[in-house]
Amino acid sequence: MNKEKSFEEMIDELENIANSLEKDELTLDESVLKFEEGMRLSKECSNILDNAEKRIKILINENDEIHEEDFSANE
Amino acid sequence: MKYEPITVSQLNNYIKERFENDEFLQNVLVKGEISNFKHHYTGHMYFTIKDENSLIKCIMFKSYTANLNFVPKDGMKVIVFGTVSVFERDGAYQIYCKAMQDDGLGNLYTLYEKLKKNLEAEGLFAQEKKKKIPVMPKVIGVLTSQTGSVIRDIINVSTRRNPNVYIRLYPIPVQGENAKEKIVQAIKIMNEKQLADVLILARGGGSLEDLWPFNEEIVARAIYASKIPVISAVGHETDFTIADFVSDLRAPTPSAAAELAVPDINAVKNTIQNYTLRNKNALKKKVEIMRMKYEKCIIRKPFSDPLYKTENYKVLINKYNDKLKNIVINKYKDTRNVFNEKIQRLDALSPLKTLNRGFSIVSKNNQIIKTKTSLKKDDIVDLRFIDGNLNARII
Repeated sequence: MNKEKSFEEMIDELENIANSLEKDELTLDESVLKFEEGMRLSKECSNILDNAEKRIKILINENDEIHEEDFSANE
Repeated sequence: MKYEPITVSQLNNYIKERFENDEFLQNVLVKGEISNFKHHYTGHMYFTIKDENSLIKCIMFKSYTANLNFVPKDGMKVIVFGTVSVFERDGAYQIYCKAMQDDGLGNLYTLYEKLKKNLEAEGLFAQEKKKKIPVMPKVIGVLTSQTGSVIRDIINVSTRRNPNVYIRLYPIPVQGENAKEKIVQAIKIMNEKQLADVLILARGGGSLEDLWPFNEEIVARAIYASKIPVISAVGHETDFTIADFVSDLRAPTPSAAAELAVPDINAVKNTIQNYTLRNKNALKKKVEIMRMKYEKCIIRKPFSDPLYKTENYKVLINKYNDKLKNIVINKYKDTRNVFNEKIQRLDALSPLKTLNRGFSIVSKNNQIIKTKTSLKKDDIVDLRFIDGNLNARII
């Protein structure tokens, strides 16, 4: 859908950061940088989750022009 | 005028009797294709057999099913033997089967097997071609009928797992002649306009004919061509359509498809929290380790006693200092000894010693007189004794 970093890429990176921090192979400076990057990613992921809004839409195709309308499955 | 209506039961009972009195209906041998086959838990089998234009309900009681030498299923062509009678409660007539024979595979079933074999050989079902279902799709595209329980189940399960889910339903007919084209078009449009991150292609249970659009080759190829991963959930758990084989993931039911497509938001949040906690702990530990290293370092000699090295040098300097002093003193002593020795020797030779023994030194005009010829009468000379000088005149 988009070309920015995907959610799963961010989660993967977050995991990598946790792993490399735990391995204790980095200098303190590197650790702090990684840590900050990790906190940034975790905030970004949480933002994506918290800022999503529920949308149930039905796509209407009129001569290959698609538009979206609210959809309710309650009959 | 007075009406004398009979009851529904009486009518059905009458019809039933008419059926039962008809000798031809007591023993029929009918061929047809099985559909809507259900093997009830009581052991009885309920199904319909049909040809192109017509169908009839059939029931085979448990006592007869034991004699079958094959497992009946939808799409099979069979010959049944039995009695046609009326089920009064439903006002329905049906064949009470006593025996059934496999009459070769049904047409649709043969087609299904053939297409499945061909597409499999072509590699459309290959595991390595399956796309990964995204962990956190932003938009779930659902291709199914806009009415009925399937879309409702999917919405219910999805919103339960993620209250903020974004679902885009692209309604499609899920059975009938034009269903396949509509399905193909739906997949194409979702892809072209990038309307979803994952697609659920779903349909409730049905007969082989009902599910047939999902066994169509063009549908299979559209699924295969889809850049968006496709989860299929067609029919019941036991139904396997071609669409199921070619899709990236097969879900046993539409609800299961929703579970596979929509991440449990709490689980995801836990994961993020877990990583964050691990990050924090790891950094804390890192700092702790660095502090320990620092403390271990700081108690070492160079830091705790920074002058210890100069102390050593000071000791060394003092040592050299003493050594130097000794050398000078010794040199002085040696020189002194030599001097004393010389003094003594000089002393031994001193004329004063001679004077001490009673000799005197005669000098004139500060010239020591060694011979008598150096003097003449009336010369005044100087006599030096041990205790002083006197003048004398030569006579």
